[in-house]
Amino acid sequence: MSISSLMATPSELTDSASAKTAIVLMTRIRLARNLAGQRFPGWAEKSRRTAVLAECRDAIAATPQMKKPHDLPIDRLSELERLILVERHLISRELSGSKGGAGAIISNDQAVSVMINEEDHLRIQVLRAGFQLKRAWNAIDDFDSALEERLDYAFSPSLGYLTACPTNLGTGMRASAMMHLPALIIANQMEKVVRAVNQLGMVVRGLFGEGSDASGSIFQISNQTTLGETEEEIIKRLGTVLNSIIEHELNARAKLLEADANKLFDKIGRAYGILQNSHVLSSSEAMNLLSLLRLGVDLKIMPDSGRALIDRLFIEAQPGHLQYLQKGEIEPAQRDILRAALLRTEFANQPKPSFTLPGPN
Amino acid sequence: MASPLKCDICDKPATVHLTQILNNQAHKVDLCEDCARAKGITDSSDFSLADLLIKASLNPETPVDAGACEQCGFTQADFKKSGRFGCPSCYDAFRGLLEPMLDGMHKGVVHTGKVPTRALERKSLHDRLAKLELDLTDAVKSERFEEAARYRDEINQVRQSAGRNPPAKP
Repeated sequence: MSISSLMATPSELTDSASAKTAIVLMTRIRLARNLAGQRFPGWAEKSRRTAVLAECRDAIAATPQMKKPHDLPIDRLSELERLILVERHLISRELSGSKGGAGAIISNDQAVSVMINEEDHLRIQVLRAGFQLKRAWNAIDDFDSALEERLDYAFSPSLGYLTACPTNLGTGMRASAMMHLPALIIANQMEKVVRAVNQLGMVVRGLFGEGSDASGSIFQISNQTTLGETEEEIIKRLGTVLNSIIEHELNARAKLLEADANKLFDKIGRAYGILQNSHVLSSSEAMNLLSLLRLGVDLKIMPDSGRALIDRLFIEAQPGHLQYLQKGEIEPAQRDILRAALLRTEFANQPKPSFTLPGPN
Repeated sequence: MASPLKCDICDKPATVHLTQILNNQAHKVDLCEDCARAKGITDSSDFSLADLLIKASLNPETPVDAGACEQCGFTQADFKKSGRFGCPSCYDAFRGLLEPMLDGMHKGVVHTGKVPTRALERKSLHDRLAKLELDLTDAVKSERFEEAARYRDEINQVRQSAGRNPPAKP
């Protein structure tokens, strides 16, 4: 089993960058579904899980959305291949570490994927570049209905889709957006935003290391509750929250430029210099430098073409992808050297930042 | 951040800090990177603090019901340990445990979203056929042949109408 064909095909996530993906990199919707009368995967013996896997694979293969998909039984993937799928947001760490009978089926463009026998029998995912909650919902709604032609879902009229964990009950839906919020981080406003977003029933995820930005200022915002509202209501509520976060980020950017443009230019210029010249780069430093250049693209300091490169490198600078490139496992220290080399090469021919802003004067 | 926080699970320095508002109450969790990963928090797919808090919300004083789910043998103690159910029928078996929990966990306690229409149609058709066939056997056994003929016609009718709208195209 190999995922090389998957790596070689253009994907929704790595090949769709445009000005439309400036702040919201991608939108994802996930639905949790289970088969009626079957134990949930965590409580089922291997033989039952294997039977469920086979039934689900057949049903998925029969849908128009899954023509010639990548069909990947997890226990036949190497650890590195699993890590790569996790880094590409195609499977979860939980599935990657699962016992037997787990599988992932991924559409050719990697926009639709299904995890089988994760926490639930089915975790269906649709991924769209940019801010496209409605399109993602329509796509996953159609796919889910196509699956339902063949699968009997566990469903209760009062509780909705029945899931292994009651926190997913009802719609079984988790809608999320991956957002790039560098100005809110630089301006120290992220904690405030997180608190406000939480109060609106949404969850913000991201690693906060000692108050700094440890993961490229990228955050994932998703709905917390799944029962008691329709899918459309949840999506509308999330959309409103996302729009308000975008507004705050844009305001923070404007304020940073107004207050001390040189300070911001200095950060971006240095990031460019380091990416072109460094020889040792940790994953989190690389993410933060890439994040600054991405901000540079949004501010028209860097050419628009840089965004696609940066978004691709956000993923390819991850440990799994780096090791895949080297065709083998590498020690973390060695990885940092390789990462720096990769980024030096990629940025060698990137045009220099041009710091003439169409400013207020 | 002057005083380094310790991980709520293992006491190592915490680098992942989460706050969620549940039921109008702020819940904070501080975790080290290892525990965060083990709990799936660093995972980009989905994590909900509600998950971690399920166990906290289950009153440890509540006597553990000896009863198990008839379908799968899952017990209340199993749920307290894992925060997950064993099978769809557990939702009936542990209704008493579930209901107070749902109140604080979600926006409402009744599903108003998508309904798997096709699957439900299939199920009701299947249930109807099963009942008719049972009735037919009964009628034949007790020599109520007129009734039996009616059941057979009805079965044929249901089968035909199902055949006209095949639930699944090959």
